[in-house]
Amino acid sequence: MPTPLVVSDVAKSFTMHLRDGIRLPVVAGVSFSIQAGECAVLGGPSGAGKSSILKMLYGNYAVDEGQIIVQHDDGLIDLATASPRTVLAVRRQTIGYVSQFLRTVPRVSALDVVAEPLVERGEEREAAREKSRSLLAELNLPEKLWALPPATFSGGEQQRVNIARGFITEHPILLLDEPTASLDARNRDVVIALIAAKKAAGVALLGIFHDHDVREAVADRIIDVTAFAAGKIAA
Amino acid sequence: MTDIATYNFAYLDEQTKRMIRRAILKGIAIPGYQVPFASREMPMPYGWGTGGVQVTASIIGPDDVLKVIDQGADDTTNAVSIRAFFKKVANVAVTTETAKATIIQTRHRIPEHPLSAGQVLVYQVPIPEPLRFLEPRETETRKMHALEEYGLMHVKLYEDIARHGRIATTYAYPVKVEGRYVMDPSPTPKFDNPKMHRSPALQLFGAGREKRIYAVPPFTEVVSLDFEDHPFEVQTFDQPCALCAAENVYLDEVILDDHGGHMFVCSDTDHCEKRREEGHRGHLAPETPLALEKTEPAQ
Amino acid sequence: MTDEPLLRVSALSKFYGSRVGCENVTFDLWPGEVLAVVGESGSGKTTLLNCLSTRLLPSSGTASYRMRDGQFRELYRMSEAERRFLMRTDWGFVHQNPADGLRMTVSAGANVGERLMAVGDRHYGKIRATAVDWLSRVEIDEDRIDDEPRAFSGGMRQRLQIARNLVTGPRLVFMDEPTGGLDVSVQARLLDLLRGLVTDLGLAAIVVTHDLAVARLLSQRMMVMKDGRVVESGLTDRVLDDPRAPYTQLLVSSILQV
Repeated sequence: MPTPLVVSDVAKSFTMHLRDGIRLPVVAGVSFSIQAGECAVLGGPSGAGKSSILKMLYGNYAVDEGQIIVQHDDGLIDLATASPRTVLAVRRQTIGYVSQFLRTVPRVSALDVVAEPLVERGEEREAAREKSRSLLAELNLPEKLWALPPATFSGGEQQRVNIARGFITEHPILLLDEPTASLDARNRDVVIALIAAKKAAGVALLGIFHDHDVREAVADRIIDVTAFAAGKIAA
Repeated sequence: MTDIATYNFAYLDEQTKRMIRRAILKGIAIPGYQVPFASREMPMPYGWGTGGVQVTASIIGPDDVLKVIDQGADDTTNAVSIRAFFKKVANVAVTTETAKATIIQTRHRIPEHPLSAGQVLVYQVPIPEPLRFLEPRETETRKMHALEEYGLMHVKLYEDIARHGRIATTYAYPVKVEGRYVMDPSPTPKFDNPKMHRSPALQLFGAGREKRIYAVPPFTEVVSLDFEDHPFEVQTFDQPCALCAAENVYLDEVILDDHGGHMFVCSDTDHCEKRREEGHRGHLAPETPLALEKTEPAQ
Repeated sequence: MTDEPLLRVSALSKFYGSRVGCENVTFDLWPGEVLAVVGESGSGKTTLLNCLSTRLLPSSGTASYRMRDGQFRELYRMSEAERRFLMRTDWGFVHQNPADGLRMTVSAGANVGERLMAVGDRHYGKIRATAVDWLSRVEIDEDRIDDEPRAFSGGMRQRLQIARNLVTGPRLVFMDEPTGGLDVSVQARLLDLLRGLVTDLGLAAIVVTHDLAVARLLSQRMMVMKDGRVVESGLTDRVLDDPRAPYTQLLVSSILQV
């Protein structure tokens, strides 16, 4: 089975044009790969560039150097240089992403927020909603909230909607940016079980988990991001 | 003859007539298309038929027999003065009989008596642009005609149905000519629209103030616009003419007194008189038939 | 997913005398894709939109559009009749000011129905039923169908304008500041509506806006314009979260946080 995700020699810096063009290197020489059915966790202190790496893998941040090779649509794609249209296709079919915060859209119900990625992949709306219901139930989101837009939900409720939205599809690669940060113990366990199920289904997972217990429970391997430090300049 | 010595034949100078004839020929060549022309000042106000008069003046010859009607009647002010005008400036024969006329200038009616080949019907047109109601820009309406963009015409009919439950436009009802140009038939009642279709007579339209001439050559397709589920239909009257008992003609309401008394009579006076001469009697017809002037010879 | 773009734009420039309207703009737009063009007033975004929608002819460059028969046609070589036909069938144009895109003196139903009648629909009942359907899709009550847009609020007018444009099932819609001049709550409703329609109908759209939040919500891709040139383009979230060009960084850093 081919490796779903191979990262080699990726470097990232920010140039702050509004501050006299000061250049802030974030990471350099980032190289690792993730196997199918494996959950790797990015380790290192805050500010080491863990989130930046995830965002580059999702196409949300531009990549200065290096390659991000993704197994997509029976071929290999270099996300570092892919066109926006290709990145969108990769997001739709290959790479799923659970962000730290839910970006809410006015007037769309939690149920539909969760179902949307499935609908985008061509699933019938009702079938997608059915899956959405069962995931929200599994994550213990009170049923009376399902029909409401999540904008007014608590942090933990929004996070669960966000997780459901990320886990509902069968993307072969899943990126997790602190999905359990604002969850209680019971729901953390649900997420751990969901991750285990994804692993069993052969999904390649890469995550950031600050919670020690969760990390212990899900990580097959820790990738130490400090190894990719790019000679930081204090900002 | 001293009467007309101060005028060129039919009032207009020959150069002007040639210019108008060219516009008419172009109009005939492109049925329904509005041809701009250099409309002249006439010795009557705009709105009194200056466009029709210029067209008539340009086509009339010494042997023509002219009939002029206003809302179907030969004896109303507009008809009488225009008839008198041409008697004076062209010294032509005039008539009230539809069948005897070679040129019929009309304000807002088509005679009931079917027209025949060789006759010319000249319409007086106030607003020649059928799209004007919804599109005030002349540049835009010209473009719409050029590109055959006539969706707007149906918007007008749609609005009628939406507001009144049926197409409530009863006069100046838009038609499509020879499958191409949408045309305003002048404010004739839509009752007359079917008479335009494949008429053996030549139909000419003159708008003096708006400086447009257009034409429908003989035997041309003239189709009234409509919807499949709201087809075009003409007015019907639930009683015959009170004077001549004619049915299936266009009737005018005439008020008889100030107690609400009224009657419906033929709008086409010539048609009505002809029928009464033939012995037809409506329920309000006087006992003895009226004797009116018929054809007056040229002086 | 089609393998060919819907619109190919290459080196498009428009000069007003010696002044630059927009210069050397090149991009492809695929079916179902929403492209936001952002920049401040005078950046050339509206000039670009007007050139693309053939309301204005460019000074140089080409734009070809894939017609429904699959053939690419060079927009600026089409006859005016063809362009106008495209404009009222396969394209839509949503103006910032609804009065520019609506007939203010005819009813809402006729405003929606006009395009249908323009392409030859001659069945009043069907036209009206379609109008009713579209009014409900843009959340206008059916009982307002015979009212003139003069009697509508700004938000309703804008929604009516959208319905009027979408009724013929266009594949490409141009929008010029579609939420400009509306209250924030009305904007949110309109944006959400647009977002839903664009997804449901698989519309491609080019949206000109100076509002980055509008761009984020509606578009997948974005072009940032300054002084007539495209200074940065890419995925909308990439441009907004990791702006590279100095001007984009200035724009993004100028967003007010609520």
